[in-house]
Parts: sequence; structure tokens; C-alpha cells
Amino acid sequence: MNAFELAGVSKRYGAMTVLDTLDLTLAEGEVLGLFGHNGAGKTTTMKIILGLLAVSDGRVCVLGGTPDSTEVRRSLGYLPENVSFYPQLSGRETLHYFARLKGASPAQAEELLEQVGLAHAADRRVRTYSKGMRQRLGLAQALLGSPRLLLLDEPTVGLDPIATRDLYTLIDRLRRTGTSIVLCSHVLPGVEAHIDRAAILTNGRLEAIGSLAELRAAAGLPSTLRARGLVHGERRVAQWQAEGLVARSLGVDGVEVAACNGHKLALLRDLLDEESTRDIEIHEPTLEDLYRHYMQRSQERAP
Amino acid sequence: MNPVISIARKEFADGLRNRWLIAITLVFALLAVGIAWFGAAVSGQVGFTSIPATIASLASLATFLVPLIALLLAYDAIVGEDEAGTLLLLLTYPLGRGHILLGKFVGHGLILALAMLIGFGSAAVAIALLVEDVELALLASAFARFVLSSMLLGWIFLALAYVLSSAAKEKSSAAGLALGAWFVFVLVFDLALLGVLVIGQDSIPPALLPWLLLANPTDLYRLINLGGFGVTGENLGVLSLGAELPFGEGVLWGVLLIWAAGLLICAWRVFARRIV
Repeated sequence: MNAFELAGVSKRYGAMTVLDTLDLTLAEGEVLGLFGHNGAGKTTTMKIILGLLAVSDGRVCVLGGTPDSTEVRRSLGYLPENVSFYPQLSGRETLHYFARLKGASPAQAEELLEQVGLAHAADRRVRTYSKGMRQRLGLAQALLGSPRLLLLDEPTVGLDPIATRDLYTLIDRLRRTGTSIVLCSHVLPGVEAHIDRAAILTNGRLEAIGSLAELRAAAGLPSTLRARGLVHGERRVAQWQAEGLVARSLGVDGVEVAACNGHKLALLRDLLDEESTRDIEIHEPTLEDLYRHYMQRSQERAP
Repeated sequence: MNPVISIARKEFADGLRNRWLIAITLVFALLAVGIAWFGAAVSGQVGFTSIPATIASLASLATFLVPLIALLLAYDAIVGEDEAGTLLLLLTYPLGRGHILLGKFVGHGLILALAMLIGFGSAAVAIALLVEDVELALLASAFARFVLSSMLLGWIFLALAYVLSSAAKEKSSAAGLALGAWFVFVLVFDLALLGVLVIGQDSIPPALLPWLLLANPTDLYRLINLGGFGVTGENLGVLSLGAELPFGEGVLWGVLLIWAAGLLICAWRVFARRIV
């Protein structure tokens, strides 16, 4: 069973269209990265899956039910953007309160406090928490009741690098246990390795969706090869340029060439045949490059 | 555990933590004891006069105070959580909006009820212990009626506060609306009714006028507490209309209950439409 299915979902406020016929599904145990500029419709999409917003058009199915049903919500975890809590309660009181509301055991609340690294501050009031600590408490409440679908809106905001790495480790572990996860983020570097598919939203439309490899192939962005130690670097660069490739010299004995569709392996063989080659680096287009590419494409299309 | 109980428990604990409960209890106790002993000071007497006079003075003051306290306690119940961001989180949990509203009502209602029971109750105990040859049975029944009707009045205004809190976009406008509602029910309504009595005597059938009292829970509350002794006199103002109502005290209680239930349902419907 799919974690959720959105079919032709639109959301309009008066004349303004926030989401435009969005089709999106998430399989069990899949991690989907949801990317887009501010106002692209990421949070709206999440709120629709959560049943907080009614759709203007289309069909929504979450965990085999309607999004506003109590049963569905019991197996759903949500970390909102800029999560906030009752300032007068301590971290432990907060988590136990939410555990009661979700029907999770107090023991799990304690476990989660430990797991997100808040055990030492559990009895301090949330008022005194830093942004990162509140974020970790938010993550802990999202994990209450071992949800089958987890929606994380900007989960890494305010987290230091180590906490961010812990978060990704956690996501990997949850994925292995079959939890479906939607990860909404502005922070692109570092996310790649932890998502199965990426969806890029622009102005309420799904601009692109697929695994990174699929997106790279579809975007046709070149891989960049860099080699050092070439004897006749200059000559080779000139030859590549004559063939219509984008190439340039780097320093004394380095070259850089952009390999488009299918050229990559031929170029690599070429460079490996050269005896003097000391080092070859391959730069695949990153998620950030892909994101920039799709953003530009949507802007060019806009009148 | 039922989510209503969980939410009620948290609201009650909040009331203890931020000392609302103890503050309201003290206000009620001081008010009750003060009025019992100094209520007759205007007429040159100090000391306890009589049970009906004490209850009458208490009820007139509580008519102002109880709605105000209830509105203060609950005006930010919904809009406050929305502004803080916690409402968004609550609504993604496996509970309905009705659960949230009812949980808050039970929690706040318990705070008010307990404060009245302890505050007014301590005054009753003080009277029973310190005043010689007081009629204990009359004291008990009069205070029971007074405390119970005060609770009901407080709950009605809690429910009204939830209506306003569910409708308001910002906390400050909820506070303004609450203050406005207090002003209307406690001051304006009776003045307007008096105005109608004096100026527009011919335009409205006189038989209709007493029924207008049912449209204001604070008047019902005063009728219950004053009418219980058959108090009559020139100081009653619009309440003297109540003498013409063709039914007994039971109906007054019933109408108060309808007010509370009606406002709660109204709050639920407004809250259900709120977009978070």
C-alpha cells in the first residue's frame, strides 16, 4: 500500500492557485525529498496530506484512508517548520503530554528523549531551549507512536552538523524499517544520499520528479571530468573544443571537460590511456545543480 | 487515555502553575468575606447583617467579576495556541477539534469551579463559625445555590470566550472582543432594557419585556440569587421585571444550561471552520 497518493490535487485561494493539478505518490519505505522555492507549495502539500487543508480539486488518499481520519493520524508523524511548544512545560512534560494524546507509551517518550539527545535537559523548561533543542524535541514528538508516514518540514534548520548527521542516520534507519518519509528542505547539500526520489516544485506545479539518476539523465546536465598530469594538456583541450565539447585547462598540467550524454565513458577511457595521467576526478551534477537547472527552466517558461 | 482528559489535565496543571487558580480563589474569598462583614457599611453598620442581604450583595458583585475572570481565563484558548504554533501540531494528532475544545472547557471549568468552591465556601464557613445564632440550613442552601449558579455563569462565559477565540485572527482582537462581550452583557444590556422600559413603553408589548431577561445570562444569574428569597424593592432595576415571569426557578436554571450548551456548540462550529 502506498503511504499517500495525490491525484490531480489543486488548491486555490480565490483567484490564486497555490497547487496546480499535483500528482504525487509515496511508496512504503520510500524517502521523498520535496524541494522548491519559498511559496512553491511544499508546506501546502504537507498540510493537505495531514488533512489540515481541504483540496479544491483532486483526490487524496493517505495510508489507505482519508487524511482527516483519526486512525490515519495515529500512524502519522509531523515536524512543522519552526516547531514551537508550550514554553512553561519542561521537555519531558511536553513529550509525555503529546505521547498521551497519540496513545504512545511513557516509556517510548523517555526513549525518544534519550535518542534525540535531550535527556540531560529534559527537566528544563522549553522556554530556555535553543532553536536546535526545540527542533530535536519536535523530531521526538514526530516519532511518537512509531509512525508509518513521517513528514519533516525543514528538519535540519537550527541543527549543528553533528545533529544533522544524526538526523540523517535516523532517517536511514527508519527507512529500513519501512517508514515512508517526506523530507522538505532548503538545505540541499548532504540530503542526496538519504533520499530515494526528489520532487521539485515551482509555483505550485511539479517541475520534476524522479531518482537523482533519472533527474540527471532528464536534465542532460554534464558530468565534469578533471584530470591532472597530462603532458599535452593544451593540445587535448583544443581537440575537445574542436569536437564541440566544453573544455578548459586548469593550472600547469590540468584539464577540465564537461561530458554530456554518453561522452563520459569514452572521455574517461581516453584519459586513462594516457600514461602520464596522475589523477581523475568525476563531478556528477549535484542536487543543487539539478535544482538550479529546473528553477531556471521554469523561470524561462514563465512569461 | 481519552484526549479530552489529557487536555483538561494540562489546562488544569497550567492553571496551577501560573497561579491563576490561587489568585482567583483569593479574589473570591476576599470578596465574599469582605461583603459579608462590610456589605452593610453604607447604611452605617459594620458586621454581618443577614444571609439574604449578603447573598444579594455578593451576587451583584459576582455578576461583574465572574464573567470577566472567565473571559480572561479563556480568551486566548484557541487563537493563543494558533499564534504559538502548537495548534498546528495538535491538529495533526489523532483527535478532533471537539476534543480540544471540550478538554479546554473541562480544564478551565474545573479551575473556576474549584476557585469558587474554596473562595466562596471559606466565606460560608467563616460566617457559620463566627456569627452567632445563624441559620445553618439557610446558610448552606443559599451558598450552595450561589456557588452553583456562579459556576454555571462562569462556564457560560468560558464557552463565549471560546467562540470569540475561535473566530479571532489575532490574540489582541480576541481580547478586545472578550472585553466588548463583557461590556454588553454586564452593562449595556440592562441599560438598554431600562431605556426601552422608560422611553419605548408603548412600542413593545409589556408582556414581552420580562422574556428579554432570558437573553442575558447575567440577569438570569441575578434572578436566581435574588429571587430565591423573594427579595423585592426599588434597587432591583430591570430585575423587577423577573417577578412577572410565569415560571419558577427551575426554568431559570434550565435556560442557563441551554446558554452554556448552545455557546459550546457555537464555539465548536466556529472552531471547525477555522483554517490553521
